[in-house]
Amino acid sequence: MSAKGRSRVGDGPVFRPVLLTLVMLGAALLIVGPLAIIFVEAFKAGLGVYLSNLAAPDTVHAIGLTVLTALVAVPVNVAFGIAAAWAIAKFEFPGKGLLTALVELPFSISPIVAGVAYLFVYGAQGWFGPTLDALGIKVMFAYPAIVLASLFVTAPFVAREILPVMQQQGSDEEEAALSLGASGWRTLWSVTLPNVRWALLYGAVLTNARVMGEFGAVSVVSGSIRGVTNTLPLQIELLYQDYNAAGAFAAATVLAGIALLTIVAKLIVERMDPDRTG
Amino acid sequence: MPRTILPGFRLAMGCTLVYVGVIVLLPLAALVWQAADLGWARFVTVVTGERALAAFRVTVLAALGATAINAVFGLALAWALVRYDFPGKRLLDALVDVPFALPTAVAGVALTALFAGNGWYGQLLEPFGIKVAYAPLGIVAAMTFTSLPFVVRSVQPVLEDLTADVEEAAETLGAGQARIFASVIFPSIFPAFLAGCSLAFARSLGEFGAVIFIAGNQPFRTEIAALLVFIRLEEYDYPAAAAIASVMLGAAFLMLLAVNAIQLWSLRWTRSAS
Repeated sequence: MSAKGRSRVGDGPVFRPVLLTLVMLGAALLIVGPLAIIFVEAFKAGLGVYLSNLAAPDTVHAIGLTVLTALVAVPVNVAFGIAAAWAIAKFEFPGKGLLTALVELPFSISPIVAGVAYLFVYGAQGWFGPTLDALGIKVMFAYPAIVLASLFVTAPFVAREILPVMQQQGSDEEEAALSLGASGWRTLWSVTLPNVRWALLYGAVLTNARVMGEFGAVSVVSGSIRGVTNTLPLQIELLYQDYNAAGAFAAATVLAGIALLTIVAKLIVERMDPDRTG
Repeated sequence: MPRTILPGFRLAMGCTLVYVGVIVLLPLAALVWQAADLGWARFVTVVTGERALAAFRVTVLAALGATAINAVFGLALAWALVRYDFPGKRLLDALVDVPFALPTAVAGVALTALFAGNGWYGQLLEPFGIKVAYAPLGIVAAMTFTSLPFVVRSVQPVLEDLTADVEEAAETLGAGQARIFASVIFPSIFPAFLAGCSLAFARSLGEFGAVIFIAGNQPFRTEIAALLVFIRLEEYDYPAAAAIASVMLGAAFLMLLAVNAIQLWSLRWTRSAS
């Protein structure tokens, strides 16, 4: 509508260029600057040093642990997101608003608070800690706690992406499939999920990015044991504290790369699915 | 109540409730339990201790600063993305998502390198006596970065929905541009703007990863509440950690209620306007 060429508020010959310049400058300083310095610092001493920094045993281990965490946390939260969205979008029940709020709750909670909360469940002084300890099951300061904390912080991501799409689409197609004799699972698999596939994909990509990059919650529950329970973000902190800035930035390029891929995925999803909003 | 023949309600609902219970509610209950175990008097002593109060003050002030910056910059950014056509617009729109996608620890080391005395920004600022890295301003910078998308993404869709006719009507009535913005445009985007600011503020209150690298973390001066929780844990002072963390949890709940109230209000607002 603005293409009509009619002048609207803020289109003045002075205001527009000044505002645009300030916005560009702000974005360059606040967003491009931080991204750029990661790669500049990582490659400052040359490609060879960069690669040998990435190949440092503890960093390789951290990358492996991070991938292993995502391999469990992402599918679990995708399944949870589908279940929650199915219940909330397809049915009417009392307390629906409350359930939606509970699903979204982890968004509002500081990762540090989440980490501490897990400590009080599975830690030595926590509710289940002593029992688990007696059974010889190690949760806290080990892989299971890293996965649990990651599950907490990313629990809402998939549901939040697919819920609006499911609500918008209603249940007509599912009802048609069922009346033609398809089973419930078959309907979910061949009707519902294909209809929300782009939102689902983007939710999974977001979950993955956040799981791989989570710092606060994981730093409380992992114990940050070098070469054992250090995920990639924790490894960055460790290298940085060791005054190994080049190593820290080399590790950071991996996570920055995943972040950039996440944004590319969003652009692709928006292009494939033009009626998607937000 | 519309009837549906869809199956799977019990299964989906059961899974959702069990999962939310085990993954989200159980740990939060354990935290509150641990804090309650202290008893009211000791709880108050812990959370009003000098160092805790200083940490709360640093956190709230820095979050307010970051939110103020993002209120202005986010509104300008949303305005440019909606109202103007310019080369690189799609790229700029995509860049807005960077702070959400970039892990906070990565943002923390990057910002610290930029603002350090010998960094790209630090070199320019320190001759003027402006110290950002290892100073309170560093906390503001980190919180500004991590909460940058909230105002933009809240305001953008509402601004997009504004049609030209109201502005034109105001213009024919003789209102100037500033007047039209203040009395026509801003009131319509205000609820969304306020919701965006509240989300940014809430996020900043709980931010940890980006802040601890750049803050310098001196008690009473640049120590945020989240870090104090972490330090109490490392000292094995679990009751104190639980107490300070529950104050943060309470603040998060209050912000959540505020954001929900604003969003409800905004929904009613847009409905009555159309």
